[in-house]
Amino acid sequence: MPGPIQSIERAAAILRLLASGARKMGVGELATALGLPKGTVHGILRTLQHVGFVEQSQDTGKYQLGAALFHIGSSYLDANELRTRALNWSDSLAARSKESVRIGTLHEGQVLVVHHVFRPDNSSQVLEVGALLPAHASALGRVLLANDPLGQPAGAELAGFTPYTCTDPDQLRQLLAETKSRGWAAEVEEMVEGEVSVAAPIRDRRGVTVGAIGISGPIERLCDPDRAPRTELVSYVREAARAISRDLGAIPW
Amino acid sequence: MSHRYIAAIDQGTTSSRCIVFDSSGSIVSVAQKEHRQIFPRPGWVEHDAEEIWANVLDVVHGALQKMSITVHDLAAVGITNQRETTVLWDAETGRPVHNAIVWQDTRTDQLVRELAADGGQDRFREKSGLPLATYFSGPKIRWLLDNVPGVRELAEAGKVLFGTMDTWLIWKLTGKHVTDVTNASRTMLMNLRTLDWDDELLAAMDVPRAMLPEIRSSAEVYGQATGTLQGLPVASALGDQQAALFGQTCYAPGEGKCTYGTGSFLLLNTGTEPVTSANGLITTVGYRIGDQPVTYALEGAIAVTGSLVQWLRDNVGLITSAPEIETLALTVEDNGGCYFVPAFAGLFAPHWRSDARGVIAGLTGYITKGHLARAVLEATAWQTREVVDAMNADSGVELSTLKVDGGMTANNMLMQFLSDVLDVPVVRPIIAETTCLGAAYAAGLAVGFWPDVDALRQNWHRAAEWLPAMDAKTRDRGYRKWRKAVQRTMDWIDEDDE
Repeated sequence: MPGPIQSIERAAAILRLLASGARKMGVGELATALGLPKGTVHGILRTLQHVGFVEQSQDTGKYQLGAALFHIGSSYLDANELRTRALNWSDSLAARSKESVRIGTLHEGQVLVVHHVFRPDNSSQVLEVGALLPAHASALGRVLLANDPLGQPAGAELAGFTPYTCTDPDQLRQLLAETKSRGWAAEVEEMVEGEVSVAAPIRDRRGVTVGAIGISGPIERLCDPDRAPRTELVSYVREAARAISRDLGAIPW
Repeated sequence: MSHRYIAAIDQGTTSSRCIVFDSSGSIVSVAQKEHRQIFPRPGWVEHDAEEIWANVLDVVHGALQKMSITVHDLAAVGITNQRETTVLWDAETGRPVHNAIVWQDTRTDQLVRELAADGGQDRFREKSGLPLATYFSGPKIRWLLDNVPGVRELAEAGKVLFGTMDTWLIWKLTGKHVTDVTNASRTMLMNLRTLDWDDELLAAMDVPRAMLPEIRSSAEVYGQATGTLQGLPVASALGDQQAALFGQTCYAPGEGKCTYGTGSFLLLNTGTEPVTSANGLITTVGYRIGDQPVTYALEGAIAVTGSLVQWLRDNVGLITSAPEIETLALTVEDNGGCYFVPAFAGLFAPHWRSDARGVIAGLTGYITKGHLARAVLEATAWQTREVVDAMNADSGVELSTLKVDGGMTANNMLMQFLSDVLDVPVVRPIIAETTCLGAAYAAGLAVGFWPDVDALRQNWHRAAEWLPAMDAKTRDRGYRKWRKAVQRTMDWIDEDDE
């Protein structure tokens, strides 16, 4: 493993200094505090300004932390907040599709179910909020992995649950690329035999995927005879995902 | 069929909304707009009725636009509204003579005390079902008649009209001056048995009959809209809590629901006879469909539930959004022995103690913000338990399942704890927006969009269910502690407190 990169260390030191002070700082002050030449500090500041991590005051020429940095820090959407904001549309999705609805987020490589709406047939069902699902074998997980900046965890063992489960990392990578480009995912009998799930991403105002919403149910109801998910159901899922995203401030797509 | 949808207007305390439903009762479009809360003095709360009317038109058009549909796609519109809020307007110009006085407003405190001095807090309970309190419209009308110059004369001549928000909106929409039985039952001026304005109540409150709207059923076509909604039948009106009861399809005696919002309201269908409460509950009209017999309900109001979470967010700053309270509460395993009784404006049902104020009991050095968050959520559940106990005693029927709705039902931890302390299953229907749904259902029945209440029951589906998982010993100990904490709120206000 190569040693630390000096310029990144220095950039981090500058950001820490700017974050610790209550006031803006000039190039000279920063250079003195860090024991670096002014020219070096200036060069780093220019780069940080370019990516939006620092901002320079128009009148004094002094520097402060930039808005982009705060957006990075707040990219996390509270799961309970997500459930609250998604309540109406997940209900609607269950009513229209007549299947159970789940909303999930990624949690240590698995899908954490943060919301669950029963299949609307008044049969006895158990609330599964808090349950964990395998990311690679669920539609929710595939949507989340496909849209996660870190992507699929390299070298992770892909467990097989049925003869249909995709356990080949290369094949999964291809499925995730497909998922990303078409905007939704499906798994057909990959987690439980006879069961199918379909999911789509929930995005916030910055376009960041903050969760996934999907339906699941028996293959006879969710798929056409050729094992492809029924178009109508896919459109319900995508419409619900879009409606929630809109409420979270995402630009309609 | 061109009339594919039903719209509901929910004219609430903080905002107005319009939701469009399809025939399965699913939401197809929503629009919402907040209005100003006007606080002229401490304890006074007003709304600008003109602003509300403009917002209502905005949200109806907004909801239609979002779906790219027109008014011609709607079979009817129904109205549900914040209850008791009182507006008086000039019949000729259509302009309000004063801002609307909101239900929370306590300016009639003195008047209510004077009325109670002459016959007690329950002097009108037999006829109106209500205890004397500042909420109800009658005393608010009286205040306006006494304090806005010239209005009493005009009101006596029928030139100034009274309405709750349903009446105001129906009048603006159709030009008809009507209200429904549920809203009328919150004025303290209607006789629960005759379902008409009562001369004795009118005389006691000194309100002229000429200014009052005609009392109609909750589900019938009051008139057709004019203006930009030309031709749209206005076909239902229900107070918000009654609308939720209707939307939850509680059509049989013994069926009830609790709506969790800023405050929370438990309503129980008691059938075609009013039940007088011996345990501090209110007797009210549940609904009336066309010329069918009226259905009554018992109501238990909990003043502070969701607003306690808001208090923690806005006044204390422990959380930045209301749903975050669940995240904070889950950082600990239990309340650590801490109980929070939010008697911010006294204790309501079933205690009715205006001398009480809030307490946080059981504090030790061990308590963290996580425990406080738990205590805040648990307060909602324990308060519900007290009202359920009162309701069981009054109705003689044990509640077997609690149907819930409202924003707080998104809080999973609270719903589980609620089931634990009530020791009954708690179920949430698939449409949590039962208030709007109730108004839509009533309007749909009135115009034949749905054939009967059985068709509506078919639409009710369980979306989530929480089953009790607490052992009796833990539950009993918790309830005992809660009641001790409640005792500690009492007798706080002194004679010379203002």
